[in-house]
Amino acid sequence: MDTNRIIVVGGGLAGLMTVIKAAEAGAQVDLFSVVPVKRSHSVCAQGGINGAVNTKGEGDSPWEHFDDTVYGGDFLGNQTPIKGMCEAAPGIIYLFDRMGVPFNRTPEGLLDFRRFGGTKHHRTAFAGATTGQQLLYALDEQVRRFEAQGKVKKYEGWEFLQAILDDEGVCRGVICQNLKTMEIKAFPAAATVLATGGNGMIFGKSTNSLINTGTAQSAVYQQGASYANGEFIQVHPTSIPGGDKLRLMSESIRGEGGRVWVPSDGSEGRPPKGQPWYFLEDWYPAYGNLVPRDIATRAIFKVCVELKMGINGENQVYLDVSHLDPKMLERKLGGVLEIYEMFVGDDPKKVPMRIFPGMHYTMGGLWVDFDQMTNIPGLFAVGEAEYQYHGANRLGANSLLSTVYGGMVCGPKAVQWARNQAKIELKSSVVDRAQKQQEAKYQALINMKGTENPFVIHKELGEWMTDNMTVVRYNDRLEKTYNHLFELSERWQRVNIDDTAGWSNQVVPFTRQLFNMIELAKAMTRGALLRNESRGAHYKPDFPERDDANFLKTTRADWSEDGPRISYEEVDTSHIKPRARKYDTDKAATAGVAQGK
Amino acid sequence: MSGRTITLRIKRQDGPQAEARWEEYRIPYQPNMNIISALMELRRNPVNARGEKSPPVSWEASCLEQVCGSCSMVINGKPRQACSALVDRLSPDGSPITLEPMSTFPIVRDLVIDRSRMFDALKKVHAWVDLDGSHNLGPGPRQSPEVQEVAYDLSRCMTCGVCLEACPNVNDRSPFIGPAPISQARLFNLHPSGAMHRNERLEALMDVGGVSDCGNSQNCVEACPKGIPLTESIAAMKRDTTLHALVGFLQKP
Repeated sequence: MDTNRIIVVGGGLAGLMTVIKAAEAGAQVDLFSVVPVKRSHSVCAQGGINGAVNTKGEGDSPWEHFDDTVYGGDFLGNQTPIKGMCEAAPGIIYLFDRMGVPFNRTPEGLLDFRRFGGTKHHRTAFAGATTGQQLLYALDEQVRRFEAQGKVKKYEGWEFLQAILDDEGVCRGVICQNLKTMEIKAFPAAATVLATGGNGMIFGKSTNSLINTGTAQSAVYQQGASYANGEFIQVHPTSIPGGDKLRLMSESIRGEGGRVWVPSDGSEGRPPKGQPWYFLEDWYPAYGNLVPRDIATRAIFKVCVELKMGINGENQVYLDVSHLDPKMLERKLGGVLEIYEMFVGDDPKKVPMRIFPGMHYTMGGLWVDFDQMTNIPGLFAVGEAEYQYHGANRLGANSLLSTVYGGMVCGPKAVQWARNQAKIELKSSVVDRAQKQQEAKYQALINMKGTENPFVIHKELGEWMTDNMTVVRYNDRLEKTYNHLFELSERWQRVNIDDTAGWSNQVVPFTRQLFNMIELAKAMTRGALLRNESRGAHYKPDFPERDDANFLKTTRADWSEDGPRISYEEVDTSHIKPRARKYDTDKAATAGVAQGK
Repeated sequence: MSGRTITLRIKRQDGPQAEARWEEYRIPYQPNMNIISALMELRRNPVNARGEKSPPVSWEASCLEQVCGSCSMVINGKPRQACSALVDRLSPDGSPITLEPMSTFPIVRDLVIDRSRMFDALKKVHAWVDLDGSHNLGPGPRQSPEVQEVAYDLSRCMTCGVCLEACPNVNDRSPFIGPAPISQARLFNLHPSGAMHRNERLEALMDVGGVSDCGNSQNCVEACPKGIPLTESIAAMKRDTTLHALVGFLQKP
């Protein structure tokens, strides 16, 4: 095999960082993406990137960042890779600074930092409220430089269909489809990296981009890759509900002083009737509006659904910045406040915003080892597509960090793996077999002449998953949802493709993605059903406590035709002993913080 | 399904060489609907206004919050992002809304276009900082908040192509690279390390299709969905290229 060639699928932050590291190590990289990489979903990240640079005299440290992250994730994250990430974080921020990211500055010209949820420190570097866009562009520019030097070849507008597995089950490249010409082609390579993002589209409407279907993860899951912690879905507390998507209103709004409230009902312990009731500040005095996302989301649900105190009785609460300096808001939050104004019509500098929680992030993902390799040898995964940095709940501004750090680990490891494949002779029959398989699937898809519309099935999938697999979970409803997913699989067989064109056909790829979404949804739902405890974002009122004895474990789902097989694996807790997680008191008051210092 | 509908008139084209045609669709109205949510609804029931089955319209979109740049199209005669084009504002009286592809770019199918020329232009103007490597070399150069604010505005360009579509000087009879890449050259020339390769960018802008092809129509700055001061960038680059042409040899190290 050509041991100097590796494939990266996905051109968001994780994929691009992998490309850069691999190219720097001397490898030749083929980069595949369904969209021009500059349009990847990383562009949507708003608030910032965490790193304990400690420029505010607060005594912050990578250890403190590590502890906040593990604690915020309710101890489900493997600690060794998380520790590595937090230690690398300041260097990562400096790297972006060198690349020219226009981070906000202090009067002295240093990087400015702001607060985010789940920490007491100013640890988040930011470029206005469009940090993801700026970071993505920085890496896009560096990759374009490598492209101009001939070290990277981009295949934009190509979709990943499956991994090429040899007779020993080792990944030897990919089969992709050109979404314009519809050509299906095999690309052999000694190592393959999936950096294909989260799977928000499974929930129909979310804060994710339309391209976040999870289709690549699901495809390799169906080929034998384990999918880990699929039940852990982050629902962001603050988004604008919409007909086509839920638009994120960044946590940085609260980081800069935004407050969440509803008009009080005047009952005991609350302000007089009609006055603002700042329920997060009331319930969580130590962290106030900056509790982690799972906590804030459940509180908003409680206020709206249980107490029926949403604005005008609807599922809405106020997110208020109207008391803050408009100039500061413009400088630090302009990009996100402008989204609100554009889509709702009100100026948040004058009128409190109306928001509600929305599906946001996939904590789970492909199972990987500490070198980012899946259980399929030669197949790696990075970024939101894998599971390992956030445990049961991700802290705000840790996602950008984990994508980049994952890429930094993965690039060199993938290159190293590839170089050890020198003796392997790749049989052409292996490649042909995979390609023929996908060509046959494509022919079957384009000839589907049933009665179902795939976009209608997708809408229904999204409604079921949003209703039953997000904030509050009950076993009977999960069971029903799980069974309904099998019904959807059946209905999928009766799709009518409506578009038989062999050129730039958008219905065929969507229908294929839909199949994969349903398969992945089964793994996620099954994982939730079997986890009888409450931990981080996974909350069951019938099992309200965390149960370390039975469930301090990573869920692993393995595909089978009759549904996922679930098993459990020990979590690496080698650095910090698990302790109770609560945000009404300071973290220092919970035991064990000093440990390991 | 009873009640109000909206009407979309869509310019369709099956492929790059195919004839274009107009087709009309009626879609149930929903409050706060935008052009993308209307196109999504159409996919769920791909039937034209005459009640005939019609192959689903091809279109591009991704983030739906005007930050990825995918969904540019010409809506009621104006190039813009479809996700932020709200139906209530486009057609308060229920009159038909027209959708066309941005024809400055090669048409792939229906509303899908090929904007690769914009990414090629970024290579041409050397739109990056020349990094020694991605290993840890400590912090970057200090910058004043004032410079950061100017750079930040420029760095929000999402390569959506609306400024090229709006520009009368960008067309298939002219090699003009258009406003977006010129503004990117300015962005990297503003950065302390980026400025070390300032001359390369200026020389690219002095080449065929460079900054002197701008005809000052100022359409770009009007059309830009991100409010990027494109005309300021073009003026700055005109000034810098002129200076470079006059006295550039003096600045060589």
